[in-house]
Amino acid sequence: MENVITATNLTKQFGHFTAVDQISFEVERGEIFGFLGANGAGKTTAMRMLCGLSKPTSGIGTVAGFDIHTQTEKVKKNIGYMSQKFSLYDDLKVWENIELFGGIYGMNDQDIKIKTDKLMYELNFEKERNMLVASLPLGFKQKLAFSVAIFHQPQVVFLDEPTGGVDPVTRRMFWEMIYKAAENGITVFVTTHYMDEAEYCNRVSIMVDGRIEALDSPKNLKANYSAKNMDEVFQKLARKSQRIE
Amino acid sequence: MLKYLLRKEFRQIKRNAFLPRLIFAFPLMVLLVFPWAASYEIKNLNISIVDNDQSSFSKALTQKIISSNYFRLTDYSVSYSAALKSIEAQKSDIILQIPANFEKNIINAQGAKVMLSANAVNGMKGGIAMTYLVSIINEFNASLIKDLMPLSKSTTNISTIQIDQQYRFNQNLNYRVFMVPALMVMILSLLCGFLPAVSIVFEKELGTIEQMNVSPVPKVLFILAKLIPFWVIGLIVINIGFVVAWAVYGLVPAGHFYTIYFFTIIYILTVSGLGLIISNFAQSLQQAMFIIFFFMLVFIMLSGLYTPIDSMPEWAKWVAAFNPLKYFMEVMRAVYLKGSDILQLWKQLLALIAFSIFFNIIAVISYRKSS
Amino acid sequence: MKQLLSFVRKEFYHILRDKTTILILLLMPIIQIILFGFALTTEVKDTRVAVLIPQSDEITTKLVERIHASSYFDVVNTIQSSYEIQKTFRDSQAKLVLVFENDFAAKLKHDGIAHIQLIADATDPNAATSFTFYVSNIISSYQQDMIGTMKNPYQITPEVKMLYNPQMIGAFNFVPGVLGMILILICAMMTSIAIVREKEKGTMEILLVSPMRPIYTILAKITPYFVLSCINFLTIIILSVFVLKVPIAGSFFTLVIISMLYIFVALALGLLISTLTESQVAAMLISGMALMIPVMLLSGMIFPIENMPLPLQIFSNVIPARWYISAVKLVMIQGLGFSAIIKEMLVLSFMAITLIAISLKKFKVRLE
Repeated sequence: MENVITATNLTKQFGHFTAVDQISFEVERGEIFGFLGANGAGKTTAMRMLCGLSKPTSGIGTVAGFDIHTQTEKVKKNIGYMSQKFSLYDDLKVWENIELFGGIYGMNDQDIKIKTDKLMYELNFEKERNMLVASLPLGFKQKLAFSVAIFHQPQVVFLDEPTGGVDPVTRRMFWEMIYKAAENGITVFVTTHYMDEAEYCNRVSIMVDGRIEALDSPKNLKANYSAKNMDEVFQKLARKSQRIE
Repeated sequence: MLKYLLRKEFRQIKRNAFLPRLIFAFPLMVLLVFPWAASYEIKNLNISIVDNDQSSFSKALTQKIISSNYFRLTDYSVSYSAALKSIEAQKSDIILQIPANFEKNIINAQGAKVMLSANAVNGMKGGIAMTYLVSIINEFNASLIKDLMPLSKSTTNISTIQIDQQYRFNQNLNYRVFMVPALMVMILSLLCGFLPAVSIVFEKELGTIEQMNVSPVPKVLFILAKLIPFWVIGLIVINIGFVVAWAVYGLVPAGHFYTIYFFTIIYILTVSGLGLIISNFAQSLQQAMFIIFFFMLVFIMLSGLYTPIDSMPEWAKWVAAFNPLKYFMEVMRAVYLKGSDILQLWKQLLALIAFSIFFNIIAVISYRKSS
Repeated sequence: MKQLLSFVRKEFYHILRDKTTILILLLMPIIQIILFGFALTTEVKDTRVAVLIPQSDEITTKLVERIHASSYFDVVNTIQSSYEIQKTFRDSQAKLVLVFENDFAAKLKHDGIAHIQLIADATDPNAATSFTFYVSNIISSYQQDMIGTMKNPYQITPEVKMLYNPQMIGAFNFVPGVLGMILILICAMMTSIAIVREKEKGTMEILLVSPMRPIYTILAKITPYFVLSCINFLTIIILSVFVLKVPIAGSFFTLVIISMLYIFVALALGLLISTLTESQVAAMLISGMALMIPVMLLSGMIFPIENMPLPLQIFSNVIPARWYISAVKLVMIQGLGFSAIIKEMLVLSFMAITLIAISLKKFKVRLE
């Protein structure tokens, strides 16, 4: 199985503050890889480096085979991204957002139209197709944002705290979408601070104070730390943290 | 890729409640109100005459002043203090004091003096009031002399140099004609310099810019997509300007339209590049707007809109040399009123092209997709 | 009270953190004063003149020398034919062309009259009028010299005095204007943007939900800008008196009173604007367009109100800056006292009360 994401001693410093401290890991194709940690642990910073949004201070990394230092534009062609704020345009309609991002990632008008129709059907969004994103409820926005992020069939999709502020039922539905994407060959890299979501991932890494303190499948982690659930695992690790939230 | 970005931008502008109205209302408001308000023409000067002689000469002088159309008589009295009160109350601009024995002294060939006191708070107004009054008094004096010196010495040929005045390009000395092309420059600067920059900083604040930064969209394309709609808007606005100038002021360019379009395009490029540079460095929307506003204010003041660049001290002229508005303003006025063509305006063309290249290169370089 | 103070302190922190904006706010009056004081004049100097002389003689040469020697003009070019005149103007080589008649000196001697054509580029009509005025003066003073001092017993001699501003310094006119504009900029625009920003970010609700009464929230928001305005007020006055040499002819105390009143009006305006809109951009555009531009144009700051058509003159009465500027001129430049500015004070007080009342009411409505 090939590695779709690799990181070796990746570090990011802001002045004297080291946000990400020499992290190393690999993610295999088709994996759902969870990037866990408390707020302020450095998850988002690490992810931004992988996406080409932030230049690493030191260390190396590759995404989809491209170097994140020197080949960021090539990296970007092959990834999808969904941020905490959902980053859809509130003042554009649902289909207009899809068309925009499809076009940006190189799809042509015809493909976009066909896929849009399919997507609207699958999500049951036929009614909402022509609505402005601003008028959608949060759960809908979330699903739409994710669908847009994988619309162009990227190799990897990066999700930054995608389920913030949504009720558990919607979160469950969201994760079903993630499973489906992984089944279709898209590698999913997701950061979250909801420990129960960790159970849904193939493997999970836990960051504390900028370092990866644990990296394994949820099953193994629970065994190693004699914990009943991921929350306990995390509590045991987080106690070591020196960064006050 | 550009196609999709442009579609997005145009859709967003259309849907914005504020923007389309602003784009059309603002130029109209400026062009319809400004030229009437912004005038340095001095009219309706008010005079208080203190006549302590009450003779036929003094009354004749008074009559001449009133019938001159430059002055309106506010009060005619024998008290200087009353006249001064008029000045304090802003009812009068200048006082003429005719002393007692005015007529007697003149007839007795002893010459006479009169006192002129002008309110110089507005120095220019005071100066002009003074000038007009002095010239009326001189005319009155000249006709008096003719009457009083009928045969005596007038055989000595007093030769005169006759001055014929001709005003070109603006025969009626219409100040509005001077202002309208300049105002179009100001409108374009505000719309095309301010708005695209605000659009980018706004996306920064919203966070949607992150989605763009993480996508393969090259920064040049992103910037272009932000600018192009406003270029289009700029061209639309200038056409509105043409129509208003013609319909309301009867003003038609003496030169060619294509000259104006040509320079307009270059200018819009310049001014939007400048706005972009500011937006790249601003940390928040409020800050960006404020900085741009401040720059625009200074640029407008130093552009020759209100006061001529020629009248400025050397150091100010130097600063103005770096002001793109100055050049475009010169172009607009020259083409509209004098009929100058592109070749005659080569200096301005060069300056604007240089600015445009410089600003836009810096704008693109300073835009960072990653930090 | 303590609560209020801690909120005021928070507001100060907000502002101080944005160093760039503060810098500009404090710098703006200085730059404006410098520009208005030294750069923005309508003085005529070194105006480029071209001459067309069919045949040079001693009189034409002397005249051209005199014109060139004066600080108003610079004779830059001699052109050969009238075809070149239009080109000279189009190329902006000169703003004035003097055309001397053929056989100038001879005609003057034998016919007693000779013609000079003054062709002015009237693109800027005021400048053109000034040019012709100054050139005519130079020519007639030459004439006087030619004729010699022939004592005219019937001469009426005007004695000229400029009141209040003997040196006709332009500054006297615009310092009040700069005061008016800067104060309303800070108080109205910045205040409204600050309040709206709070609304936009959602933190306004937190404040409103706190035990502090809404009126105190508003007071807290206003205070820093009030302080900034006072600083700018003093800066402008100091610059005017010491750099521009515009003295305060009247009482400083009166000046302060009327300025405080104006600041209240401006703050109330800012408040009102903040109740009208939800977005910062809109707040800025409204205060920019609805405030700044009318203030610059119609308040009498740059362009005299008397010159404007009647509807605009009537409209200018609605602009607070107009009254303030007029009061400042009366007090600062003409040295008059309270009694002279009663009208202005009444109008401004009325505006302040009305605006505050409306804003408070709108504010309360929003809370419900």
